[in-house]
Amino acid sequence: MTGSRSTLSIYGEKAIELLIRLCGVSAIIFVFAIFFFVFREGAPILASKDFSLGKFLTSTEWYPTSMSNVRFGTLALLAGTLSVTGVAMLIAVPFGLGAAIFVSEFCTGKVREILKIVIELLAAIPSIVWGFIGLTVMNPIIQNLFHVPVGLNVLNAAILLALMSIPVMVSIGEDALKAVPDSYREGALALGATRWQIIWRVLLPAAKNGLLAAVLLGVGRAVGETMAVLMATGHAVQIPHSIFDSCRTLTATIAAELGETREHSPHYQVLFLIGILLFTITFIVNLIADFVVKGVRKK
Amino acid sequence: MNMPADAQPVAQFGETPFTRKKQRSEKIARAIFAVMVACIVIPLIVIIGYLVKEGYSLISWKFLTTNPTHGMREGGIWSALLGTFWLVGVSLCISAPIGVLAAVYLNEYAKDNWFTRVVNLAVVNLAGVPSIVHALFGLGAFVLFAHMGRSILAASLTLAIMTMPVIIASTKEALAAVPRQFREACWNVGATKWQTIWRIVLPNSISGILTGVILQVSRTAGETAPIMFTGAVFYRRIEEGNLFAYNITDQCMALSTHLFAVKTQVTNAPEALSFAIALVLLGLVVFVNLTAILIRSWLRGRKKW
Repeated sequence: MTGSRSTLSIYGEKAIELLIRLCGVSAIIFVFAIFFFVFREGAPILASKDFSLGKFLTSTEWYPTSMSNVRFGTLALLAGTLSVTGVAMLIAVPFGLGAAIFVSEFCTGKVREILKIVIELLAAIPSIVWGFIGLTVMNPIIQNLFHVPVGLNVLNAAILLALMSIPVMVSIGEDALKAVPDSYREGALALGATRWQIIWRVLLPAAKNGLLAAVLLGVGRAVGETMAVLMATGHAVQIPHSIFDSCRTLTATIAAELGETREHSPHYQVLFLIGILLFTITFIVNLIADFVVKGVRKK
Repeated sequence: MNMPADAQPVAQFGETPFTRKKQRSEKIARAIFAVMVACIVIPLIVIIGYLVKEGYSLISWKFLTTNPTHGMREGGIWSALLGTFWLVGVSLCISAPIGVLAAVYLNEYAKDNWFTRVVNLAVVNLAGVPSIVHALFGLGAFVLFAHMGRSILAASLTLAIMTMPVIIASTKEALAAVPRQFREACWNVGATKWQTIWRIVLPNSISGILTGVILQVSRTAGETAPIMFTGAVFYRRIEEGNLFAYNITDQCMALSTHLFAVKTQVTNAPEALSFAIALVLLGLVVFVNLTAILIRSWLRGRKKW
C-alpha cells in the first residue's frame, strides 16, 4: 500500500516538475510565437509584385487605400516615431535621471517612500487616459501657449510619452545608483566632497551603465506606445519639420487602420509587416539594454 | 548618508570662501533636483484633480450599473465596466498560474547557465514588445489561427501573455527573498523539491506573489490596443445587474475602448461623459495599485526573518 503511494507521488512530482519547466520556457515560446504569427499574416505581401521592401523602408508615400496607385512607404511614419520618441527623451532623460538621483541620494525616510509611491502611480496610469489628457487638456494649453493652430503635434505626444517613460527611468536608475557600494560614497565624503560632488564625480561614472540601461528601457517604452500617440499626434502622415507639426507614428498607424482593412488584403498584410518592424526595433533596444546591464554585473 | 550638520567648527577650521562655495553649489544642486521632481509630481496632481473636477458630477451608482443609451451619449457604463472585469478575471486565470510557475522554475530549478539567461532575456523582451504588436499577435494567433473569433477568450489570452512578465518579475523577487536555510531545513527532514516549494517557499512568499498579481490586474484593466482587434466591440447591451451577462465566447465592451470610442468616434458626446469614464478607469487602476502598495508595506512590517 505504501509502496504504490510512493510510486504515485514520484510520478506526481515528475509531472509537476515537467509542468514547471514547461512554464519556465513559455516566455521563449511566446516571443517566438509572436514573431511567427505576426510574420505569418504579413509575409504574403513580400512575394507580391506590387510591393518592394526597399520602397517600404525608404519611401515617404503612404497611400494604402489609393484607388489608382497604392503606395506603402513607411519612412514618414518611422520619422514620426523617431521624432516623437526623440523629443520625449530630451524631456524625460534629464527629469527621469534627476528624479532618480533625488530619490536615491537626497531623500530619506517618509519623503522617499511617498515619492516612490507617487512615481509608481504615475506608471500605473493607462495609456488611453494619457491620450485622453493629451486631447482634452494639453491640446488647448499648447494652442494658447505657443499660438499654433493645432495642439495635437509632436510636442504634445512627446510630453505625454516623457511622463509615461519617466517612472521606468526612475525605478531602474534608482536601482543602478543603489548598486554603487556605500564605501564609494564614504570614501568621497572622507575626502571632503559635498553631496553634489559625490554624485557628479563618483556616482554617475560608477552607475553609468545602469543609467544607460534605464534610458534605453524608456526609449523602448516610448517607441512601442500606441494609444497616447494615436490620440495626441494629430494624424498627419508627414515628416515633421518642427515640434509643432502633426505627425503619425508606426504604432498609431496600425491601431488606426487595422480595423478598416479587409483580412488578407495587401493593406492588412503591410500593417502586420509594420508590426514586425516595430517588434524588431524594440527587440534590439531591449537586447542592448540587457547587455549593458549584464556588462555592469560582470565587473 | 547623513552629514553632521550640527558639528561646531573649531576656530581654525572655520568657513573659508572655498567651503562656502561648496555649500552653495550643494544647495543649488539640491534645489534643481527638487524642482525636477516637482515638475513630475505637480502635473500628476493637477491632471488627476482636473479629471475629478470635470467628471465627478456624473458618477453615481446608477452611472456604474446602467447600459449606455442614445448612441452612447447618455446612460451609464455597465456593459463596459463588466467587460473590463471579465477580461481581467479571465486573463488572470491564465497568466497567474503560468507566471508563478515560470518564476518558480527560474528561481528554484534553473541552473546558472546560458539557457537560463536566454529565458530571462525572453521575459525582458516579452515585457518590451509594444502593445499593438501583441494585438496583431492576438489577432493572427487566437482570433484567426485558433478560430476563436473575436471573443473575451481571445482578448484575455492576448492580455495574459502581455502582462505575464509583471507576475514573473515580482514572484521571482518574492521567492528570492525566502532565505535558503528554510529550504535546507525542509530538505533535511526528507521533503522533495516540490514539497519544499509547495509547503515552505510559496506560503512564505505569498504576499509578494499577491502584489505581482494585483499589479497585473491594474495593467490589464487599462490596456486598450491589445483588445481593440481581438475581442472589444463598439457597443453592446447586456442584462443590467447580472454579473454573468457575458459569455467567454462573446465580444464585450471595455472601459478603455469605451473611453476611446466616446472621445474619438461618437459625435456630440457630452464632455462630462468622457471625463467620467476616464475618472472611473483611473480610479479603478489607482485603487488596485494602492492595495498592492498597502499589502507590500504590511508584509514588510511583519516579516519574521
